[in-house]
Amino acid sequence: MNVHQRTNLAAFWLGARALLPLLIGVAPFGIIYGIVALQGGLSPIAAQLMSSVVFAGSAQFLFAQLAGMAAPGAVIVGAIGLINLRHALYSASVAPYLAHLPPRWKALLAYLLTDEAYAAAITPMMREENRHVAHWILLGAGFALWFGWQLSTAAGILLGAQLPKDLPLDFALPLTFIAIVVPLITDRTRFITALIAGTVAVALTNLPYKTGLVISALAAISVGGYMLTQQAKREKT
Amino acid sequence: MSDNALFWVMVIGGLVTFLTRLSFIALEGKYTAPENFKRALPLVPVAALSALIVPDLLVSQGMLTQLDNPRLIAGGIAILVAWRWKNATITILSGFIALFLLH
Repeated sequence: MNVHQRTNLAAFWLGARALLPLLIGVAPFGIIYGIVALQGGLSPIAAQLMSSVVFAGSAQFLFAQLAGMAAPGAVIVGAIGLINLRHALYSASVAPYLAHLPPRWKALLAYLLTDEAYAAAITPMMREENRHVAHWILLGAGFALWFGWQLSTAAGILLGAQLPKDLPLDFALPLTFIAIVVPLITDRTRFITALIAGTVAVALTNLPYKTGLVISALAAISVGGYMLTQQAKREKT
Repeated sequence: MSDNALFWVMVIGGLVTFLTRLSFIALEGKYTAPENFKRALPLVPVAALSALIVPDLLVSQGMLTQLDNPRLIAGGIAILVAWRWKNATITILSGFIALFLLH
């Protein structure tokens, strides 16, 4: 094994180790997703496949909720697209480190690019001494999350089949979303974004096909985006 | 939804997700997104998840619920717990425990 190979493997494990603490938070989500997916009417196979075909926690939760409400396919796809739009930000952030790689590397790393993999990998990736193995770090973090997610969703699916049907487990969905979104509200702009999204969503709640959801999210993002642009302009002067 | 439709929604949803993640990685060097777009991206999960959570707590069968609706109170408690401790597990547990105690 030459020095370069050893460094690649070491970088891989570095990424995987960086991800491990995050699994403690991810595992409960996976288990709850498995349970909620079954309650939403998905078959165990469909529920498990979602974890590799879509491989995005909040989008999978959303899918389960909307499918349970018999929302049209186009709306579900639109909702998944919207809620995963933030991954474009991660894509933009890691792109410079991956620019030199062949397409199969780019495709694989793109597939593995979840919130947690990004969060765990980005800091070590940015270090100057890791520059030439940055993609291995992301690969390690990405795979660790992938396996953790498959296992915990499987556990939830197996558990879900045993539980009585009348438990209010669908409450897990809003609770999970609360657990994700509250820590994200770190400044006034985000607070106002959340407020607008929530208020408009309630106002438009009776629109067909859950379109109120998309409209309220877009309205909130527009206002928040405007606030951020104004802020940036002020900082320049 | 029929199994067939579900399959296609899953596949297309997966494709959309993958392409989003691939976007800038594939385009690196060939295209730069406008600053405003990049600046607004972090707001997307905040907006999307809030649009989901609030109606879930406040609306039942098309109408606003009473203020003593157990889900609303349990949700409120979960929000406070999430605010204070930022821990997913205890947030979710506190919400369920609150709901259980309120019934």
